[in-house]
Formats: sequence, C-alpha cells, structure tokens
Amino acid sequence: MIHAGTRPLRVLVTKIGLDGHDRGSRIVAAYLRDAGMEVIYTPPWQTIPGVVKLATEEDVDVIGISSLATDHLIVPKMMEALRAAGLGHVGVVVGGIVPEAEQSALAAAGVSRVFGPGAAREEIVECVTALGQKSRAERVDDYSEANP
Amino acid sequence: MNQAAVQLPLPGFEQASGQWRSDYSRQVAGEKPVRNRSGIEVQPLYSPRDWAGERYLDDLGFPGQYPFTRGIYPSMHRGRTWTQRQLIGLGTPQDYNVRVRRIIDAGATAISLLPCCSGFRGIDCDEVDPVLLGTCGTVVNTTDHMDAALDGVPLGTISTAMNDPSPFTLLAFTLGVARRRSIDWRSITGTSNQSDYISHFIANHQFYRLSLPGSRRVLLDHIEFCRRALPNWNPLSVVGQHMQQAGATPAETMGFTLSSAIQYAQDCIERGMDVDDVLRRFTFFFDISISFFEEIAKFRAGRRIWARIARERLGAKDPACWRFKFHGQTSGVDLTQQQPLNNIARVSVQAMAGILSGLQSMHTDAYDEAIACPSEETARIAVATQNILRDEAQLCAVIDPLGGSYYVERLTDQMEAEIEAVIARIDAAGGMYKAAEVGLVQTMIGESALAFQEQLETGERKIVGVNCYQVEEDPTIPPAERPDPAAMERHVERFKAFKRERSQDAVARALDALARAANSERENVFEKVVEAAEAGVTHGEMVGCLRRELGFGHPLIIA
Repeated sequence: MIHAGTRPLRVLVTKIGLDGHDRGSRIVAAYLRDAGMEVIYTPPWQTIPGVVKLATEEDVDVIGISSLATDHLIVPKMMEALRAAGLGHVGVVVGGIVPEAEQSALAAAGVSRVFGPGAAREEIVECVTALGQKSRAERVDDYSEANP
Repeated sequence: MNQAAVQLPLPGFEQASGQWRSDYSRQVAGEKPVRNRSGIEVQPLYSPRDWAGERYLDDLGFPGQYPFTRGIYPSMHRGRTWTQRQLIGLGTPQDYNVRVRRIIDAGATAISLLPCCSGFRGIDCDEVDPVLLGTCGTVVNTTDHMDAALDGVPLGTISTAMNDPSPFTLLAFTLGVARRRSIDWRSITGTSNQSDYISHFIANHQFYRLSLPGSRRVLLDHIEFCRRALPNWNPLSVVGQHMQQAGATPAETMGFTLSSAIQYAQDCIERGMDVDDVLRRFTFFFDISISFFEEIAKFRAGRRIWARIARERLGAKDPACWRFKFHGQTSGVDLTQQQPLNNIARVSVQAMAGILSGLQSMHTDAYDEAIACPSEETARIAVATQNILRDEAQLCAVIDPLGGSYYVERLTDQMEAEIEAVIARIDAAGGMYKAAEVGLVQTMIGESALAFQEQLETGERKIVGVNCYQVEEDPTIPPAERPDPAAMERHVERFKAFKRERSQDAVARALDALARAANSERENVFEKVVEAAEAGVTHGEMVGCLRRELGFGHPLIIA
C-alpha cells in the first residue's frame, strides 16, 4: 500500500498482430508521458506471449493496444493469455479503428474501453489514470493477501 | 524567390492596393496569421506584386517543356486523362479475381493488387492467426495463387501495379503466370509500387522486410533485372505517401521524396547503370491531402525541382528522365470514421487537387476507407467521383488551369523554397539513406505529427465531425466486411497440401541458389527470386531465406 498513488503509473503502448501504422500510438504515448506516466513503447507486430512477458517484466498497470487494421480481432485471445499469466488486474484499452459491430466482443473479453479516432487527450489520460489506479489497488490487495 | 520588389507600371495600382489594404484591415481587425500545413503564412490576397510572370519561361515554360511546371506532356489531360488505378485487395485470390474482373469489365485499363498484411510481414498464410487473414488484402503466397487472382486478366495489355515491397515476390509470381500463359515478359507493363524501402524503414514499417543494406542491394538487383528483362516495367516508385500519412508536412514530404529519388539514382549510377536508362523509369507516388492549394503548389514545385535535379545534378540527357511522373492517392488520414458519408466530399476536393496538379494516375479512396476495406458499393462511388470530375465538371479541358494565378504561382515558389531547404538538410546529413539510418527523418516527421495534433486540439485546425460539428448518433457507419472464414480455411488447407505435394528437391535447390546469390555480388538476387517462384517456393520461404542471409528488417522507430 505504501507506494500506491505515489509511484508514476506504468503503461505499455503497443501493437499486436500484423499492422504497422503507428502515428496514433506514438501520439497517445506522448499524451501519457506528458501526463506524468511512464510509457513503455514497442515496435508494432508484438506477439501475444511477447506482450504478456513484457507486461510482467515491466510491471505495467495498463496496456494500450493500437489497432488500425484488424488486429483488434485477436485482442480477446490476448486477454485470455493475460488472465492465464495472473495479469487479470492489468487494465486494457484499445485505440484505433474498431467497427461498432466488433466492439462488443472486446468488451466481453474484458477490454475496459475502446477509443476511436478523434478521442480527446483529456479523455484518454483520465481513463488510463483511473484504470491504472484501480489496477494498482487490485494488485496491492492481491499482494497483501498473498503475503499477509 | 521574393518578387515583392517588382515595379508595376500599372497606373493607379499603388493607390488601389493601399486602399484595399486599409479597407480590409478595418473589416478584420486583429486577425491571426493563417498558415498552411507546411507552415507557410497565407495572405488574404495576392496580386501582380506577388507574381508578375517575368520569369515565365525559366520557372514555368509550356506543358511538355522544361522545367515542366505546367505539366510533363504537351497535351496533358486534354490529350489523355489520368489512369484510374484503384487499389484493391481482399480475401482469397478467388475473391480478388471476382472484384478485379468486374473493374476490368467496367473499363479499367490498370489494376493493382494489395496483399494481405501477413504477406507484408513476409510470412505465409499457414503461419498466421486465421482470423486476420485477408482482412486487409489478398492472400497471395505462390505462383498458383497469383494465377487464380489473375484468371481471365489480360496480362500484357493491362497495366499492373503490385503493392510489392522488396524482394518483389508478387512480380515474380506474375512473371511465372505470364510464362504459363506464353505471354512475352517484354509486353508486361506496370510498376513495382512499393519498392521504396527507405520510406518503409521510416514511415510504413509494415512493408519493411529486409535490413537496410539488404533492401538496398535487392532493390538495385531488381532495377537491373527489370531494365534487362522487362523494358516496359517501372521498377521503382518513390513514395511520399507513407511519410505524409505518418505526419510529414506536404513540403517535407516532397523534400524527403526527392531526396530518396536522388539517393536511388546515385546508387544506380554507382552500380554502373546508365543514368538515362534508369531515370526514365522512375515514378513517384504521393498522398493528396485536403489542403487544396498547398497540394497543387506541392506538385507543381515538385515537377520543377525534379526536372532540375535530373538534368543538372544527376546529369540525365534524355528529357524523358526530367519528367516527374506521379500517381496520387487521396489521403486516408484526412478521412474520418465519424459521419463517414462526409468523406465523399473530402475525396472530391482531394481528387480535384490531384487532377488540377496534372497527375498521371490516381486512386480515390472509398468513403468507408477509414473503417474497413471498401465494399463494392463504396468502391464504385470512389471511381464515379473521378468520372464525374473528368466528364461532368470538365476539369480536363484546360491544361494547368491554375497556372498564372498570383496565389498559386507565389505559393509554388514558396513551397519550392521550403522543399529545397528540406533537400539541403538531407544532403547535409549525407543523403536520404544516412538521414533515415540515424533517425533524422523519423524525428522530423514525429515533430510535425505532434504539431498537427496540437493544432487539432486547440481548434486551430478543424475536422468536421472530429473536433467540431460532432453528432451524437451516427447511423451512417457501414458494417465492416470480413472474408468468409470457411473459404479462407479451405485456402489455407489447399496451400498446406500444395507445400506437401510440390517437388521438394526443386524447392531446396531454388532456395539454395537464392541464399548463394545473396552472398555473391556477381549474382542477381531478384533473378533468383523469379526462378524460385517458378519452382514452387512460397513468399514466406523466399523472404525468410533473404532475412537469414541479408538481415531482418527492423525499422527505426522513434517515439
């Protein structure tokens, strides 16, 4: 509990799958850094096991997935892999082009929020901050339970 | 460049102009400067004070005459309109074939092929999560796949543009198909649309497959092979589009693109190729944004600068080499997911800018392009937009109709100065290859992208439906079309069977020859790619082999 809320939130901004368009993810990374968060930024085409490994090693509070083509279609598989690795507390948001009909599958898989193009800076920062704090609180609780 | 000092003989000009200035200022007191996307301040009015035509012959000339500012051919669109080259790619080769034959039946004289993202990443369809296959392009991994995709397509009479980054496997498959159909390779026309590996390293990371030195080597082999075996093929298209989409301003984009062209020309010359033989096959590919007059000035200035570079700096003697031939694609970045029907209006304005700039070939985006691959209906509207502008609006009746406009000529001069400053900066960094290798270009583009985003945030720049005029409910968003999963599964199964049943010896020999060529300066890598394609080697196998021998392509990403 002692560090909660004092240490900057850590956010992984990444792209999984096959697409390489990264103008959006670079801008969002800059937004989050400007807001005082620690951003771990990767090249595109990360694999799902790669994201799980990085999220574990970098101890992130939130994962932001940018999807400009159709890579959001494999996000539900990533959510499963995160839970299987004990990272169920990590908040996940998706940004980019996600057709409306395909958004519900992401929500059902546990994605907290999908940001479309034109989402405002404040909206993104506010959402990621809240998710990060929630994720950290849940994680700290887990930690206390595991090590009373 | 500054022509403000022109002495005008017109009696009464000074008085009238002074009167207008004071009347204007009274109406718009405290006006903030207006800048275009390249940062050039745009005045409320232009007059003979800004451009008076005394350098007409040096700076403009007539269409088809050096420096080609008014157009690269004497008759331009009045003689022959631009080629309509709609980019298509979706699903299986059979799905592609249905769509492309319909386009040909509708009168298209040029086709294009956009491969699946898995192909761009250099892997085959059996190595990918099937849910991603064919969602953004056609799954073409073998000569058989290309044969199916081009079934009934008259190779040899129709111009073909493949979105085909190094090592150009799609062209190799196409040549294999031509061989099967006994079509003379020398009759094959078209363009290797994504041969500009520097632009992939910098901005379109998705297309970047081999290491920087490996890509450089393979491109030169490709150009050499094509000049020898495919006299009517354009082996190089220098691409500004990726950099502008990634955030470069229009002036930066033109400067970077011309710097890349200089780099490629110099590499060819260093390899011992004849500059006149090579440059006449250089083509360019640009984004056309909605910044209407700026885009027109960008292209007019680009034509003029390229003519001077090709002639004076690179020493080409044949006027064909001085001509700046370009394809334009209306900018997808300007399109919005919100209220997508509005994109039809945007594409019309972008296309008008391209037409009035005198482009040679054009793709107009479908209005749902910011959401998914275009449906058949939206693709038809995109083509109709071109037809309406050409046949109803009579935009082709007059060559360079904006030439001589005080504003357009002044802006062309100003854009020229901006573009030349970018080229000088790249020259100082040691050329485009080095400037990309050290991340200079990536940093400049990143800064411009952020600056543009800030202008959107402050409302200095407006996008309807995004930062103004938003609507709550949006019923016009069409659903995204996805390929039929059962058909895709069958496609992958057939591919696996093909791999089991082909001659494994022939494949091993072809891959071995490819690996040896990669390690020998006396051999041509692309020639071996063509032979491998005919031997049944797959796309992923060829890219994998060259990645092992020449290095994996990791783009330099600065964020």
